[in-house]
Amino acid sequence: MSQTTGTVAAPGAHVSHEAHHDEMGFWRKYVFSTDHKVIGIQYSVTGLLFLLFGFSLMMLMRFQLAYPGSALPLLGKLLGDTRMPGGIMVPEFYNELGAMHGTIMVFMGVVPLAVGGFGNFVVPLQIGAPDMAFPRLNMLSYWSFFLGGVTMLASFFVPGGAAQSGWTSYAPLSDIAGTGQTWWLVGMIFLITSSLLGAINFITTVIQLRAKGLSFMRFPFFVWTQFVTAFLLLLAFPPLEAAGIMQLMDRVAGTSFFLPSGLVVSGQVVTNAGGGNPLLWQHLFWFLAHPEVYVLILPAMGIVAEIIANNTRKPLWGYKPMVGSLIFLGFMSFIVWAHHMFMTGMGTAMAAFFQTTTMIISIPSVVILTALIISLWGGSIRFNTPMLFALGFLPMFGIGGLTGLPLGLNVADIPLHDTYYVIAHFHYVVAPGTIFGLFAGIYYWYPKATGRKMNETLGKIHFFGSLVCMNVIFMPMFLMGLAGVSRRLFDGGASYAFAQPVLHWNVVSSWGAWTMALFQLPFIFNFFWSIRHGAKVGDNPWDATTIEWAAPSPPPHGNFVTAPQAYRGPYEYSVPGAAKGFQPQFEA
Amino acid sequence: MSTPHQTMTSDHAVDHAHDIDRQVRIYITVFVSLMALTIITVAISRFHPPVAVAVSIAMLVATIKGSLVACYFMHLISEKKLIYAVMALTVVFFVVLLAVPVITHNNGFWIH
Amino acid sequence: MEIPYTVELRRDTGLNNGKIGIWLFLASEVMLFGALFASYILIRTGSPNWPRGDTILNVPLATFNTIVLISSSVTMVMAWASLKRNRFGTFRMYQASTVLLGGVFLVVKYFEYSHKFENGLFPSTSNFLALYFTLTGLHMLHVIGGMAVNTYFWGPGAKLWKTNPDWFTNRVEHAGLFWHFVDLVWIFLFPTLYLL
Repeated sequence: MSQTTGTVAAPGAHVSHEAHHDEMGFWRKYVFSTDHKVIGIQYSVTGLLFLLFGFSLMMLMRFQLAYPGSALPLLGKLLGDTRMPGGIMVPEFYNELGAMHGTIMVFMGVVPLAVGGFGNFVVPLQIGAPDMAFPRLNMLSYWSFFLGGVTMLASFFVPGGAAQSGWTSYAPLSDIAGTGQTWWLVGMIFLITSSLLGAINFITTVIQLRAKGLSFMRFPFFVWTQFVTAFLLLLAFPPLEAAGIMQLMDRVAGTSFFLPSGLVVSGQVVTNAGGGNPLLWQHLFWFLAHPEVYVLILPAMGIVAEIIANNTRKPLWGYKPMVGSLIFLGFMSFIVWAHHMFMTGMGTAMAAFFQTTTMIISIPSVVILTALIISLWGGSIRFNTPMLFALGFLPMFGIGGLTGLPLGLNVADIPLHDTYYVIAHFHYVVAPGTIFGLFAGIYYWYPKATGRKMNETLGKIHFFGSLVCMNVIFMPMFLMGLAGVSRRLFDGGASYAFAQPVLHWNVVSSWGAWTMALFQLPFIFNFFWSIRHGAKVGDNPWDATTIEWAAPSPPPHGNFVTAPQAYRGPYEYSVPGAAKGFQPQFEA
Repeated sequence: MSTPHQTMTSDHAVDHAHDIDRQVRIYITVFVSLMALTIITVAISRFHPPVAVAVSIAMLVATIKGSLVACYFMHLISEKKLIYAVMALTVVFFVVLLAVPVITHNNGFWIH
Repeated sequence: MEIPYTVELRRDTGLNNGKIGIWLFLASEVMLFGALFASYILIRTGSPNWPRGDTILNVPLATFNTIVLISSSVTMVMAWASLKRNRFGTFRMYQASTVLLGGVFLVVKYFEYSHKFENGLFPSTSNFLALYFTLTGLHMLHVIGGMAVNTYFWGPGAKLWKTNPDWFTNRVEHAGLFWHFVDLVWIFLFPTLYLL
């Protein structure tokens, strides 16, 4: 019945991938590939490049914050007279850097690496699948992300520069801002589309393509985190897309969705119809942006969980409560968003509601972190680079999480809202939190992707240097915030009398940031050098138990020669009475 | 073109001819109901009831029409548990999204 | 290894991949239009005066369009049913009707919009019109997208019927789910904008 070429296809199947893979040219194989591993690497490399770029934007900002009004040597002249006349940063450029640093790090760096990169590469392998459920959709997702990234980068070159209204793009400022904001909106639509398509793929893949014997409660924790994350992306992003469309209408078609009546800008009355509501933007933005922070943290928690189990040579403690917490957290994340809006004049009833849900949502986070910490107890700990980053994650996420609590309480938020305290809080969770988790994942899965290990010495330098620098950068910001220094001030608070006693911390943070850049160099070198010169490894260099380690390093197109099967749970390490120190999930 | 009976390829209990016939009869019934409900909702609106009443009736009729489309044209009434679960979760968040902003920043509409 | 369950149903879920995929997509669309409805609610309740739909918009024309779209949903599901009954010719007839009815919907919308513009009624004129144009505009984009997919399955995509009829039937069903959803959104849009 089948007229197709290649191996005979059973009814319902399509042509074997292997048969025509060899006939594909360079472009189909490596650029417009539908293979989840290639796409995962594409996401990862692009994401890492954007992380580096976003970090560079911040390093520029940190010069202005440490030495407000000073001329930046060398680089200052290169950035042109509009942005840095005489090498001195103008406020508009500071705002541009701030808005784009946030946007790029969140939407073009962390999520593409954590979800697009690690999710795509690892999840199909960990569940024993040949690929994602919709490979062509996967390719579309990557290129949509790429287009979004290009749009965002291009926006720096439009008249007036890139978006300057914060990564949060609050109305009415964003409504009346320069052309760059329109580009931001278009870029966001591409990025959101990418995430939505990816989410559909992840959920379908995890449910349908898991191996025989791989029930949900036998999933590696990493798979669970990606599964829940996909739901967050699927259901939380569309409202921001709608908001983006409405802001585009305001900016391009002259509507007033977010423009209130009687708005006066620079002494001129705005002639739009008015009657709009700036708070509408905030609701729709934060409806996405709160679940988004869990999108930022969950994959990293998953990575850390895998690495801890592997390097303690014992099962995770509290797997079931961890999974339950994950699901509960995912659900709750949709009903806490207005804790970002305590200062918008909501009544006490709704403030109480959001405060309560926010306090409740801290519980599952604490459960997961505690379970990970208890998992260390009694373990035979191997202090390799992935494990060092995983261990570093734990206290850093602890600090980030705990410092979030006062922000989630309506009254305590009043002095802290929009201060450096908030910046410190969220950077602790995302920078020495998530990014450490992602570094851990890179060192851990690099051998699977390349067939070679990264250098341990360089890895340790990377780790210790980054750990110290992260704390040097962000710990002082709690002090600055408690002293009342607002965020987004282009002079770092220098023009405020009450800020004078804490201003010197700006210098400390800046030097911490520039030093941290230096400590990334061993990592960047290691990443590329090890492709050719790293120690060669076999299928399972870490003596791990999860299914991805059944495949060759690197896995071929189609991943597994024969379909793997799961015979037990994911973390059967040091099983009493067993012959071997670990029993892989995939061995009979 | 007939498929082996060991592998399931059809989404419904059976795809034998008479069941499709039954389905088609249902589709026609739903179509007629949808037409009728459309006429009804437009007719009621002609009377310009007070806003609260108008909204309630219009949304009730729309919900009935929407349910008919979802249950019968989209076969939701005989769908698998997984699909129900996903859509139920979505509906919860949909309701939250519709209700919470207006309750929070009520502009004098609801109680503070 | 092949990707399983593209047509064959997985035993424990009872579903194929495409069915799950399309319902997940529809879930995201519920949230997209939900956000716009939420915006309508917030803006309208915050507004001192709000015009009744029929004072600005053309109710008879929209009622006709509602009937057109509902009819297209019927022809869509009949197209799928024809495939289940192995009647390819009938499928093509119903599929073409679906696309044609979609086209009629668009033509009516064209007249509606141009009439508004001719009378100086633009999205920028008021929040009522901003919401009207944005909501119906986004809906219209979905109609166009659905028509494109349906045209593909009526035309070049129909080749798949010869090589893999089950897969083709499923894909038509999934396209149909999207189309019904577009109809469903209109079922709520129509009273909200035109009658209230």
